[in-house]
Amino acid sequence: MALPAVSGLASPLDPALRHDPARGRASARPVGGQPALAAAPAGPMEAPPQAAAQGTPWPQRLRRLALAWPFPIALLLAWQLAADNEWIPPQILPAPSVVAQTFLDLFESGELQDHTLISLGRVLYGFALGSGAGLLLGVAMGLSTTAKEFLYPTFKIFAQVPSLGWLPLLMMVLGIDEALKIVLISKAALVPLAMSTYNGLRGVPNRYIEIAKVYGFNRRQLLQKVVFPAALPPIWNGLRYGLTHAWLALVAVELLASSEGLGFLIVYGRQLYQLDVVLAAVIVVGSVGLLLDKLLALIESRLLRWRVAAF
Amino acid sequence: MSNPTFARPPADGDGPAAGRPGLRLVLRGATLPALLFALWWSAYHFGWTDSKLFVPPEKVWETAQKLWENGSLLASLGGSLQRFLAGFVLGSLVGLVVGTALGLSRLLEGLVGPTLHAVKQVSLLAWIPLISVWFGLGDTSKIAFLSLAAFFPMMLNTFEGIRSVPKDLTEVARVFAYSRLQLLHHVVLRSALPSIFTGIYLALLYAWLATLGAEYLLTSGVGIGNLLTDGREHFWMDQVLLGIVIVGAVGFVLNLVAGRFEASALKWRENATANY
Repeated sequence: MALPAVSGLASPLDPALRHDPARGRASARPVGGQPALAAAPAGPMEAPPQAAAQGTPWPQRLRRLALAWPFPIALLLAWQLAADNEWIPPQILPAPSVVAQTFLDLFESGELQDHTLISLGRVLYGFALGSGAGLLLGVAMGLSTTAKEFLYPTFKIFAQVPSLGWLPLLMMVLGIDEALKIVLISKAALVPLAMSTYNGLRGVPNRYIEIAKVYGFNRRQLLQKVVFPAALPPIWNGLRYGLTHAWLALVAVELLASSEGLGFLIVYGRQLYQLDVVLAAVIVVGSVGLLLDKLLALIESRLLRWRVAAF
Repeated sequence: MSNPTFARPPADGDGPAAGRPGLRLVLRGATLPALLFALWWSAYHFGWTDSKLFVPPEKVWETAQKLWENGSLLASLGGSLQRFLAGFVLGSLVGLVVGTALGLSRLLEGLVGPTLHAVKQVSLLAWIPLISVWFGLGDTSKIAFLSLAAFFPMMLNTFEGIRSVPKDLTEVARVFAYSRLQLLHHVVLRSALPSIFTGIYLALLYAWLATLGAEYLLTSGVGIGNLLTDGREHFWMDQVLLGIVIVGAVGFVLNLVAGRFEASALKWRENATANY
């Protein structure tokens, strides 16, 4: 397997896109239908990629950095050149300098921060609700066969329709207020988390449980010391995946029905043909998504530090 | 099933129900949907609510029949699927080629990879306003957007698949003096196939999601997304519910088809991999 650290691409920010060769075809297969429910891979996960990143030698890092920059810089220069010579009309693609200026203006007027904070607030609220409910559901289905038999088929059907599919229905029932956004974002986070918690709990190797029984662990000890630590990596993967989806759902709902937030800023800029505003907002959307995921990855590598020592 | 020996083992070896799998599982699984359905039905028939949004189940069925007879259901489904296929094929082919190129050349990957990765971070739907400026509001825009949705998972998984081809395989090929083309065809791509299939799965799912998104935001033309939007604007709850059912069903079928296709394409692996 390529060291995730060596290649910028292989560092899998979207856990669902990760493929683990050791487990072959069964690995990153979406468990259900839509991306919104394509849960993180089943079974115990491999060590987090961050573990490998720490061991990258410096020369290689430098080389990677040196290679990474020429292409985007060349692209930006070509773009600027094209804009300066008016090869592309500014209504189609404003110059990078204009985008940067707009970005600064929006930042200085505080507008950008306001919209970003509103979006962030929504996403965190919805994500907290959805992932909490998803965790509970996943734990119930993972630990109790009875619960699983009653709930799982319904959950599967519910999850089969992506968040975007539910959007019109929710808009009719809830209107286009804050409740709509929160519910949609919760749904987007709930499904991957429930799925990966369920899979993670089911994927705990039987031999761990047997050993715990040999040591005479009671149920509480078993769950606390064995089952949940063993299931943590897939659950965390589900959390990261859920957050990615929550962010996706937020942008969708803000594009379609909102009067504030980053998605609204994009629509607003588009309506006025101010593509510089659109591009500035798109850059923020991308960066915030990246930061949120990096944050969870960082916490993961801390939480799972004990795993690294074992190898 | 009277003879348990011939009973199909429960899917993914679930639970202790293995003794008499079928019936009890089905009954338990159907309990909750049946309850919800009964609640829905009785809420209407006993007049617990008079909300205009509340339509009985049979109304949804009637709408389905009506739309089927006047052809608009088929037109929407056809329109969406056509767009979906065009975008999926285009995007995943480009993704396959780019992923292969990046996988084979570390230099190329170092140059282009980080940029692609950064671009990937942008939430998919945020591209639509930009794409609509560049390609207009018609089908070109939608297909461009769908291709983008299919491109990233395909590219990433192809890349990962090729990077994880075991070195001993390429060494054996070298011993047999394979040409570069033979190596690529017989060893590298084949060994990366499971990962490429993961890419195909995700590309299918993302492209379907993107079809909906594109039809919501670029409202010209006919499609399932337009069916849903129209239903919402006119407060036709029956049509919205029907649309949701169709969206789920299409996703389900896509997943199924991809699974079958994968099983047949990877058949040779059955003797090649360890069987636990």
